[in-house]
Amino acid sequence: MKQIIGAALIAVTAAICASGALAQSTTLAQVKNRGILLCGSGTGLAGFGIPDQQGNWAGMDVDVCRAVASAIFNDPNKVKFIPLSAKDRFTSLQSGEVDLLSRTTTWTISRDTSLGLNFAGVNYYDGQGFMVRKKLGVDSVLKLAGASICTQQGTTTELNLADYFRANKIKYEVVAFASNQETVKAYEAGRCDAFTTDASGLYAERLTLSNPDDHMVLPEIISKEPLGPVVRHGDDVWLDIVKWSLFAMVNAEELGVTKANADEMLKSENPEIKRLVGTEGKFGEPMGLTNDWALRIIKHVGNYGESFERNVGSGSLLKIARGQNALWTKGGLQYAPPIR
Amino acid sequence: MSTTSAEIKPGKASLLYDPKIRGYVYQFALLAVVGFLIWSAASNAIENLRAQKIASGFGFWHNAAGFDINQKLIPFSASGSTYGQAFWVGLLNTLLVASIGIVLATFLGFFVGVARLSSNWIVSKLAMIYVEVIRNLPLLLQLFFWYNAVLKPLPNPRQSIELPAGFLLNNRGLYVPDPQFGPGGNLIIWALLIGLVATFVFRSWARKQQAATGKQYPIGLVALGLIIVLPLLVYFATGRPITFVYPELAGFNLRGGIQIFPEFVALLVGLTTYTAGFIAEVVRAGILAVSKGQTEAANALGLRAGPTLKLVVIPQAMRVIIPPLTSNYLNLTKNSSLAVAIGYPDLVQVFTGTVLNQTGQAVEVVAITMAVYLTISLVTSFFMNIYNKRMALVER
Repeated sequence: MKQIIGAALIAVTAAICASGALAQSTTLAQVKNRGILLCGSGTGLAGFGIPDQQGNWAGMDVDVCRAVASAIFNDPNKVKFIPLSAKDRFTSLQSGEVDLLSRTTTWTISRDTSLGLNFAGVNYYDGQGFMVRKKLGVDSVLKLAGASICTQQGTTTELNLADYFRANKIKYEVVAFASNQETVKAYEAGRCDAFTTDASGLYAERLTLSNPDDHMVLPEIISKEPLGPVVRHGDDVWLDIVKWSLFAMVNAEELGVTKANADEMLKSENPEIKRLVGTEGKFGEPMGLTNDWALRIIKHVGNYGESFERNVGSGSLLKIARGQNALWTKGGLQYAPPIR
Repeated sequence: MSTTSAEIKPGKASLLYDPKIRGYVYQFALLAVVGFLIWSAASNAIENLRAQKIASGFGFWHNAAGFDINQKLIPFSASGSTYGQAFWVGLLNTLLVASIGIVLATFLGFFVGVARLSSNWIVSKLAMIYVEVIRNLPLLLQLFFWYNAVLKPLPNPRQSIELPAGFLLNNRGLYVPDPQFGPGGNLIIWALLIGLVATFVFRSWARKQQAATGKQYPIGLVALGLIIVLPLLVYFATGRPITFVYPELAGFNLRGGIQIFPEFVALLVGLTTYTAGFIAEVVRAGILAVSKGQTEAANALGLRAGPTLKLVVIPQAMRVIIPPLTSNYLNLTKNSSLAVAIGYPDLVQVFTGTVLNQTGQAVEVVAITMAVYLTISLVTSFFMNIYNKRMALVER
């Protein structure tokens, strides 16, 4: 008995001291000590984050994690991807289980201010859409009166759905599932007339259905869904690292620096390119990185446009057009602050 | 062991060596350690929440929820309902599936448990196969099975299967005609209540008569007359005041009638069959615990197999059955939280799922949920303990 109490006391003391020590070191120091970045990713969404046939994670959201790992370790593979469902993701990030959350997460004021989180930019401008069976003969969301609609719980989708149908005074039945896979399965089994999620997700999930051609995406986009990587409150340097890893990719596309020509660009005389690839100025050091941090990202992951085309654009099965995600110079919304 | 101050001679032993005082010191030390552990965990959590600027407190309870729930026993809508109301919707859904599940699992479990002891080879082997299959597969897997088994073969609402009495079945659920009570409709409910009470009174009177005189009365027939015929007579006497709203196709889904959701059916069937497998074994153990001499004595008195089981064996077996039966009831209630996997809006799905995620207040939401399950379990145990006391052997 005495020994048990003694052991318990030691364990308790150790636990309290350990938690105190953990709280003090920075996220960057923890990641460097660990030698690997812990990235909260989705549970498998084509184009954004899904393991390929060799088991390597690939996707737009995955590339953000790989960019951060490249900037820190000069190795895009020093990332451990931890699949999180929509309803578990914030708790995992808050409790420190992951360093960075990059899984089609919509930036909203309540998440930014009351969950203890910070959004580090927008890597995909999305909006919520609806998928239905073609044989229903429906060509608009407004004609879905009385329909059953499958959605994933704990998402902005669930709230937008309620808002939209309430605003348009349409009755409907919601069937909410904890995971995306369950939601799609229930839709496919006929439990619901429509399936709703972000439009990009609809295109990705449609390909996983047994007969993709029997299903169609309705034209309405009922919400703004700016998706981006998320970090915890309270570590501004870490926020800067994630934010600028994403900005570096966008700036690289704007300046025409690609995975292929990155090394040549070291000889460029363009001052903007020189600052990006680190031949001029010391922009990595204040973040605790090397000055070629952006060059590392471009060499390993590529610029934003390359990541887009490879994962969701012309180089992928999804074939999504750039649309709002084109650079601001080409009529889109992707705009990164300058590196100077 | 009790020591009074008179027995302790001053100077005989130092307080340090008094086993009783030592015992108190150890107990106190342990209590202090546990208290410190809880206090430090709580203060650590609060400090960290504050440091990360994560909202805390229970203010979210009255905030607008903004999402919808399909199965609700109390009014709830995205416009105007709060997170607190979402909690009640989820809790009632949990209690609904748990209470119906407990009743059904008890009946099925008793049936299978008795069947397994049957002298009929096929019946006992079928019961054995049922118990072994059900008990040895994970419940979550069984829920997925039932959900898909319920959902897959059913047609879409436009090709609903028409059942007798206006019932409709499709992959959105079972649609039951919704009774509407017209003037005088209340009388029928009253008649039913009076019938139930009268049956109860008659039954206890009949039992006393039997104990006193040995004369038996037809309890079953009288119960049938009071509970079914009486309300029916009132129904016709008042001019058939109950009308039904029948479900009919409107757009994509059926409108009107009461909808029983497939998620509810799948969860109920899964929980019932699973728990019944365990209850069957509890019942079998209880019956086997009754000495064979009791059955032989009943047979010697001329009782047939049915009354022997009902009047001699089961009442004695109940003493062994009730305590493990209670824990099976608690398991069923707690297992209902697996509803989250098949989209049934129970407490865990609605409250620790959607509400937790929309508010981000994990600590508060999880604490409330744990307190609720603890309360449900303690209340169930409390009533089962009262029942157990009544059934226990009265020792003289």
